[in-house]
Amino acid sequence: MGMTMTQKILAAHAGLDHVEAGQLIEARLDLVLGNDVTTPPAIDVFAKTCACGVFDKSRVAIVPDHFTPNKDIKSADNCKKIREFAREKGIENYYEIGDPQMGVEHVILPENGLVAPGDAIIGADSHTCTYGALGAFATGVGSTDLACAMATGQTWFRVPEAIRFDLTGKFRENVTGKDLILWIIGKIGVDGALYESMEFTGPGVADLSMADRLTICNMAIEAGGKNGIFPVDERTLEYIRTFAPDRYAASSYTAFSADADAEYVSTYQIDLADVPLTVSFPHLPENTHTVGTFEPIEIDQVVIGSCTNGRLEDLREAARFFAGRTVKKGVRCIILPGSQRVWNEALAEGLLKIFVDAHCVVSASTCGPCLGGHMGILAKGERCVSTTNRNFVGRMGHPESEVYLAGVPVAVASAILGRIAGPDEL
Amino acid sequence: MIAKGKVFKYGDNVDTDVIIPARYLNTSVPSELAKHCMEDIDTTFVSRVQPGDILVAGKNFGCGSSREHAPIAIKASGISCVIAPSFARIFYRNAINMGLAILESTEAAEAIQNGDEVSIDFETGTITDVTTGASFQAKPFPAFIRKIIEADGLVGYIATQK
Repeated sequence: MGMTMTQKILAAHAGLDHVEAGQLIEARLDLVLGNDVTTPPAIDVFAKTCACGVFDKSRVAIVPDHFTPNKDIKSADNCKKIREFAREKGIENYYEIGDPQMGVEHVILPENGLVAPGDAIIGADSHTCTYGALGAFATGVGSTDLACAMATGQTWFRVPEAIRFDLTGKFRENVTGKDLILWIIGKIGVDGALYESMEFTGPGVADLSMADRLTICNMAIEAGGKNGIFPVDERTLEYIRTFAPDRYAASSYTAFSADADAEYVSTYQIDLADVPLTVSFPHLPENTHTVGTFEPIEIDQVVIGSCTNGRLEDLREAARFFAGRTVKKGVRCIILPGSQRVWNEALAEGLLKIFVDAHCVVSASTCGPCLGGHMGILAKGERCVSTTNRNFVGRMGHPESEVYLAGVPVAVASAILGRIAGPDEL
Repeated sequence: MIAKGKVFKYGDNVDTDVIIPARYLNTSVPSELAKHCMEDIDTTFVSRVQPGDILVAGKNFGCGSSREHAPIAIKASGISCVIAPSFARIFYRNAINMGLAILESTEAAEAIQNGDEVSIDFETGTITDVTTGASFQAKPFPAFIRKIIEADGLVGYIATQK
């Protein structure tokens, strides 16, 4: 029996020639990640492991991004704790506020060259699965697993089964990777890939930008998936050449591809031309609707950013629609570039001026409102269209507020029109 | 190891944001988290829950974030076990690491009603609805997982192994 991409990466990191779905393995890790919410409890656990230091100072990343710049005294205390831990343990990949490489964890780790094809990565953040876009195995864990992995550089895994999404064709105009992943979650449900890998293959992959692939893998967890993963192609290698030049030059990466006889629990054939502009209604990502098929829904706020859609390509797309237009009076539009690098490049390209001229507010790079932290909390009864990844009850604020998930073109059109709308209505 | 208590029942896809809303994640102190457990879907949970009580829910319990604060909040609120047809993957792993007992049983999750008195034998995986007399069989945890739960979590378990 052949192996999937994920199974091959896990086998390589367990020192095994072959693994099968359901097998429990102990695997070596290339990178271990924590943030300002999950690292503080991990530090307490780490102390109890009696480890003197982290397993490899260059393979641990700690990113203050959720409640930063700190929203209150408790979150400031937490960031102080992780800052001191990073300094004490000599952790090389700690990204302080204002550092040119800082930002939202899943935007900056690939940008800062910490991810390459074939890597095995865990992070104490559920959206760690983002890195599958680069042909890596990456999955979310809790703080205790983070602590033990920081100490040992290893963790245990149950080798997952996989679902294959065979992509063909090309997106219609203004349809994005976000629409594809929302549409898939609408089809298979929020537990449709529970415990499983989501492997995206087929000739349609070639047309998906790296930003689209990162968005798609980011939301694998919203279908219950253990990880999402794309094969490595020319675009992946170009990305690595740009953002991880040392590893590219040294060929210190491995492009795994699935065996022809790899086993999949199910396979979905998807023509990208069939994917519509999609919105997930409250309060689950699976509550998907096609733009243009529902009665007008007026909104109070739009959020553009996050580890799902806060990349430079997303901001370019937003600026394309905002140029010469303004946000509807009475609606607030908050733009959060995903990293300081994205912020700076958006500034250089004139995108930030387009946003400000369009009456948006541009925030520092933070997770902020996505998880109801700060920088855009919703009041009772308010509605928001957001390019983020979750619309659970109370996710962005009051338990009686509502979040509608969408891609950037729909979010921008909605901000301009004051109701959920597609860009063709502009 | 036996658990016994009154049932709090909820639906499918109970997510980590309603188990413990992110606005309270600026702390990881269990007693602080317990004060806000489930409050976005049940404002009365915290005032009614008693030590030993049991949470029964629909499929995909604990979906969403990787926050370990979710099983910590449930455990600190006094809940002795969560029964559901399925659990989200990261929650499943975190619950065991935190020493929160969880059992998968579609039959029990469907049949047991809110407010029923339920007892659980973790060694055999037998779930008994004392109120109705019905009995259900969940797959019991292997011994080492039971030991993790008895040791109050993975850290306590590692300490017992030294």
